[in-house]
Amino acid sequence: MSDTLPFRPFAAGTQPPLDAPAYGSTHLRHPKRALRKLAQTVSETTGPHFTPALFPEINDLTKQASGEPLGERIIVAGQVTDEDGRPIPNTMIEVWQANAAGRYAHPRDMHDAPADPNFPGEGRIFTDTEGRYRFVTIKPGAYPWRNHHNAWRPIHIHFSLFGTGFAQRLITQMYFPGDPLLNLDPIYHAVSDAAARERLVSRFDLAITEPEWALGYRFDIVLRGRGATPFEDGGHH
Amino acid sequence: MPTATASQTIGPYWHLIEHKEWADLTRFGAEGERIEVTGRVTDGAGAPVADAAVEIWQASPLADERFPGYGRSATDGEGRFRFITLKPQPVAGHGNQTQAPHLSIVLLARGLMTALRTRLYFEGEALNETDPLLSSIEDPVERATLIARSTGPGVWTLDIRLQGEGETVFLEV
Repeated sequence: MSDTLPFRPFAAGTQPPLDAPAYGSTHLRHPKRALRKLAQTVSETTGPHFTPALFPEINDLTKQASGEPLGERIIVAGQVTDEDGRPIPNTMIEVWQANAAGRYAHPRDMHDAPADPNFPGEGRIFTDTEGRYRFVTIKPGAYPWRNHHNAWRPIHIHFSLFGTGFAQRLITQMYFPGDPLLNLDPIYHAVSDAAARERLVSRFDLAITEPEWALGYRFDIVLRGRGATPFEDGGHH
Repeated sequence: MPTATASQTIGPYWHLIEHKEWADLTRFGAEGERIEVTGRVTDGAGAPVADAAVEIWQASPLADERFPGYGRSATDGEGRFRFITLKPQPVAGHGNQTQAPHLSIVLLARGLMTALRTRLYFEGEALNETDPLLSSIEDPVERATLIARSTGPGVWTLDIRLQGEGETVFLEV
């Protein structure tokens, strides 16, 4: 597949809108004018390439300080593919998250929960030749935010992906199965397509789980496909 | 086949992955015309956006081991970002078109559910007149939101307004 073919548009409803009224911070930050459509050029179809030599891997977030962080150790693994099911090999993934008590190692996080000096909360992983990745961390805690009365974010891990072209750049959040806060969360619910929304929730996976050591969660990520859709979607154009 | 994974906001605490040196694209020893690119990000009330991640990607000069082509800058308390990079050259467009020198910009912040995309062009470039994107924008005020001004030797400044008067032209790619 040529690395200069343009990426396809997103399917309707599968991406959140910039104006999401239930999420208060969008009010003054979303553009009022419609986005201007740009035919992709080399500036959009190509993108940065990262290597572990210059961007060292951090695939165990529990081993970044002198001691072990508090909390439940977990393994997160999955595969990065494009919309045609092609694996995206050797691509960099950045992750970051709150500690087990629901507090970030960040000076602006004022949540009244204990900091954990053994958990900086940053990870950086590269996919293998089949697009697969795996890292070890602790399960993050839920935390309150000021969006509305008694608002709490469902537990989540932030993900950043680059893919093979800058138009594939993706920032998202991985959620956990069975979290009662999901149905109350305006950020999660900003994605109107139910199937697309539910794919943000990782699945417990016994095959990733390691006996006597840690539970495993699977989170697969799909980046935009290049070129024409290989199948017709019948009358949606 | 599943559709692309949905975007979610980068949130206010993305600085856990911030590495200040990423804003200097010359840090691996790249040689060429070194420039500083800076500006302020403001919201619909004119207030600084102090928790944004501003990212640039440039297809010129070609990225290699000494030039990543990509940079990320956190905005400061005044909403200001700042990069050190190499001045891009013109790059090919569609057909036989040529694009004026530019940077691709991705803007991420709390309150942005998806990345906002725009471009930064350079004031005074002759190719700006025929650039396919710039010349497609009829309103000169809107067009000017994509063109950085020279504000000192090797220094280029472009403010980004998310909403309201002087709103930046944002792109769907």
